[in-house]
Amino acid sequence: MIDLRNVTKTYDNGAKAVKGISLHIEDGEFVFLVGPSGSGKSTLIKLLTAELLPTTGMVLVNNFNTGKIKRSQIPYMRRTLGVIFQDFRLIEKKNVFDNVAFAMRVIGASEKEIKSRVPYVLELVGLENKSHRLPEELSGGEQQRVAIARALINNPQMIIADEPTGNLDPARSLEIMMLLERINALGTTMMVVTHEKALVNRFSKRVIAIDDGLVISDGMDGYYNYETE
Amino acid sequence: MKRNNFGYYIREGNKGIFVHGFMSFAAICAIIACLLIMGSFVLITLNLNNIISDLERESEILVYIDDNLSEAEAKSVGSNINMITNVQQAVFVSRDEALQDYIGQQDDPTLFDGVDATTLRDRYRVTLLDIGQTKDTVTKIEAISGVAKVSAHYEISNGFMTMQSILNVASTAIIAILMIVSLFIISNTVKLALYDRREEIAIMRMVGATNRFIRGPFLIEGFTLGIVGAAIAFFAEWGVYSLITVRIQAVDTMKLLNLLPFMDIWAPMAAGFAAVGFVVGVIGSALSIRKFLRV
Ligand SMILES: Nc1ncnc2c1ncn2[C@@H]1O[C@H](COP(=O)(O)OP(=O)(O)OP(=O)(O)O)[C@@H](O)[C@H]1O
Ligand SMILES: [Mg+2]
Repeated sequence: MIDLRNVTKTYDNGAKAVKGISLHIEDGEFVFLVGPSGSGKSTLIKLLTAELLPTTGMVLVNNFNTGKIKRSQIPYMRRTLGVIFQDFRLIEKKNVFDNVAFAMRVIGASEKEIKSRVPYVLELVGLENKSHRLPEELSGGEQQRVAIARALINNPQMIIADEPTGNLDPARSLEIMMLLERINALGTTMMVVTHEKALVNRFSKRVIAIDDGLVISDGMDGYYNYETE
Repeated sequence: MKRNNFGYYIREGNKGIFVHGFMSFAAICAIIACLLIMGSFVLITLNLNNIISDLERESEILVYIDDNLSEAEAKSVGSNINMITNVQQAVFVSRDEALQDYIGQQDDPTLFDGVDATTLRDRYRVTLLDIGQTKDTVTKIEAISGVAKVSAHYEISNGFMTMQSILNVASTAIIAILMIVSLFIISNTVKLALYDRREEIAIMRMVGATNRFIRGPFLIEGFTLGIVGAAIAFFAEWGVYSLITVRIQAVDTMKLLNLLPFMDIWAPMAAGFAAVGFVVGVIGSALSIRKFLRV
């Protein structure tokens, strides 16, 4: 569950990236966040993951008020989120299994829990046969599946993906998007940032469009009706 | 999902040491150098203090009493000497006893034959509390009526005292500088380890690892570097000190310098080395981590 109320974010250098956004995302929703380059999408994502704190307004993520909670509580807020990036962000020297297991280890899971959970999630993303490969031995689409498995491994309430298909060809992009849709169907709230109009319009999902730090449209029609570039 | 992470910290921390073998080696060398110099200063200071307290115990002032005073009058001078604050003890020695002492000190007892005790003077053997104030005290004793002459050898003790105070200042300064240098090197070694693993750290933060968990391995890395350096330095110091004391004692046949055996001081030395290693290691890494983990 996400609740933003009159959120603004001004960077230290004075750049106003978010100029007053209010929106609500319910548990179980699938939402596309679209908008031109520099419109403030990544800034908004960073506000949700508490990488940035709002300049004014309130950011509520799974009942954590990021601007109000203690610093020491932020890790626990992040455990309710799974985050996926365009550049996968895998650890090059760890194999697929360990990349995914890593996310469990660092929050203190036992080896027993890891051994039973990781294969299940790898199967969910279709990588059950590649668990011993290193990231460099995988295609871009496969690497992104590893990142998705890692985002899922601690059973977050919500997954946030910042241009997850930005580095993939259209066919791979569609596969990834369908995988995210399937994960959403299993109960995880999904927020996907993307530039790709054609991709968005293949799904019938809620689409929030922002421009210049403001929400300019928010509808369930699943139509990406905003012109980019 | 609470679990004891200590094993993980140690595994990861020690991995870090080997990944940056050269920097770790440099950090350990810096700590060793720092502790060796520090330890040497401490050992020299300890020995000097020991020698000075020996001197304080042994060095006494002789206060000669005016010939014209009777033995009874001479004894009353003693209470005046004892009233001076820096005087620990004033022991009366009559001229007869003094003569016997002289005779007793000679290998040839006939040397003083024919010498009459009346040629000597009654005297006091005075021991002082603080030999640093010898000169002052001598002036005070000289002012007492009935005192004919005071003989003291404060040149030697003054020499040692000066050396001691110079050494104290110098060692404090050098120890401070070396600690800062070691701290800096450790901190940079850990910074390198942090930098090397920045992507991993970013991922850890993203998936909700606590700062304590992220910090753990790097603190262990600093701790290990500090303690390993301290241990090597301790044994090196022990070896070098034993060698030097043996050499000095071989030359110093008159046993002028009473050197402390390492066995008498090993425990506080070991504790000191371990403490410095620990502080430099842990604080050094904590400094880097703090900067690194600040969002
Ligand atoms: N760290 C920063 N410091 C200062 N200004 C920043 C910073 N990050 C982003 N900005 C500015 O904030 C605005 C929004 O940037 P943001 O990265 O959120 O855009 P975006 O919508 O994600 O764009 P893109 O689609 O290209 O990823 C831009 O004008 C950008 O220059
Ligand atoms: Mg962006």
